[in-house]
Amino acid sequence: MTPFTYARAYDVAEAVRLGQAGTTKYLGGGTNLVDLMRETIERPTALVDVTGLSSAIEGRPDGSWLIGCAAKNTAVAEHPVIRERFPVLTRAIVAGASAQIRNMATVGGNLMQRTRCAYFYDDDGSRCNKREPGQGCDALGGFNRMHAILGGSDQCVATHPSDMCVALSALGAVVHLESASGKRTVPLTEFHRVPGHEPGIETVLLPGELITHVELPPIGFSHHSNYRKVRDRASYAFALVSVAAAISLDGGSIKDVRLALGGVGTKPWRSWKAEAALKGQRPSVAGFRSAIDAELADAKALRDNSFKIDLARRTVVAVLSDLTGVSA
Amino acid sequence: MKFIINGQQMTVEADPRTSLLDLLRDHLHLFGAKKGCNQGACGACTVLVDDGERILSCLALAVQYDGREITTVEGLAGEAGMHPLQNAFIEHDGFQCGYCTPGQICSALGMIAEWKRGVPSHVTGDVCSSQISLSSDELRERMSGNLCRCGAYNGIVDAIETYVEGAK
Repeated sequence: MTPFTYARAYDVAEAVRLGQAGTTKYLGGGTNLVDLMRETIERPTALVDVTGLSSAIEGRPDGSWLIGCAAKNTAVAEHPVIRERFPVLTRAIVAGASAQIRNMATVGGNLMQRTRCAYFYDDDGSRCNKREPGQGCDALGGFNRMHAILGGSDQCVATHPSDMCVALSALGAVVHLESASGKRTVPLTEFHRVPGHEPGIETVLLPGELITHVELPPIGFSHHSNYRKVRDRASYAFALVSVAAAISLDGGSIKDVRLALGGVGTKPWRSWKAEAALKGQRPSVAGFRSAIDAELADAKALRDNSFKIDLARRTVVAVLSDLTGVSA
Repeated sequence: MKFIINGQQMTVEADPRTSLLDLLRDHLHLFGAKKGCNQGACGACTVLVDDGERILSCLALAVQYDGREITTVEGLAGEAGMHPLQNAFIEHDGFQCGYCTPGQICSALGMIAEWKRGVPSHVTGDVCSSQISLSSDELRERMSGNLCRCGAYNGIVDAIETYVEGAK
């Protein structure tokens, strides 16, 4: 690691004040940042520890729930209201990482975690536009079985690694931000950026801007939701494909639906096209298939990951079939 | 930095870059927690914090845990001898080379506390349930962050099950 100074912040104003210097990073549980610093991929000169900020999980009068940035993943997953009203979020969290990591990792940090693309991590041996703009991307012509089929560019095809963010995307979560120039909110679906020509810029955060809370807006049908993750081993692995879905039926047709994919996109992939195709339809395997095909029409397979297109299609059909009682 | 480590107050000077694992091993010569992968993949460095929450000491900067209470495998034995879970590991051959064992044992104690508190896991059928039975599938899923390259998993699961039964 390169040398850095360390300071703890006990309130948002103090954190933002300490976080103004250009090479300062906010530190949550450290489960990704410490690893990246050890690999010298991240080289902050100062860390501001924000784990002393709010970790509260609070209901608000309008029915929304507000989660403090310092809430641990385990605390969110085990919260009785999250389990009952937003089971897709609990399911997504417990599908990710290991229990030890979930005990350390914070909600704010989870939004900021970086890709596990092996070429991004291989500082000494591989080219990576995310790590070093303009250098080239060795994943494009390399071993890209784990890489993205949606949202990639000719600069970068690295997948976003989070499970939690896939559920948050489906739930329409809102990210609360604060910086020296004030507070603002950004929908989670607009918080992460696709790589385009600037793969090193992964979020819409301004310099020094801090995630203070994540808000779960009230959705009447969020309790009718699930998360399914497909991976190379039964536990403790990143997703090949994951699906977060919530659905409400009215008189035998789909009144509203939320669908997001993980493991296939350069950001948590809210499947707007599939949702639009599903609304108003009667639930059926054929309908689910044509809806996800509308989403996957944009998919671009690389040398090793064309299987993800079929796997995403099948997983979406299975999850929606389970939620609607249709036999697949 | 000040810590309570295995019940003892300790004051340690260390660079902010020092991980909790390196602090324990290199500064305090507590060699129980192991450096397996040093990147959060193997669980050999698992220790318990404060009320017994399991974390990975390799991914923890020591400075972030300043003022906290840390328990390593060295702190589990009492005056009466080894911790009953340690005895269960011996009884059931819960190891071969023993390298992952301190992490497995600390992790299992943290896991049992989580399970008793009602934390759901990836294999829990009903995440709203307040009474989750610690089936073999539940136990294995909850321990999936601890690898054993000797493959002593059957013995590890038996040891933990025996300990949970005995503690009832």
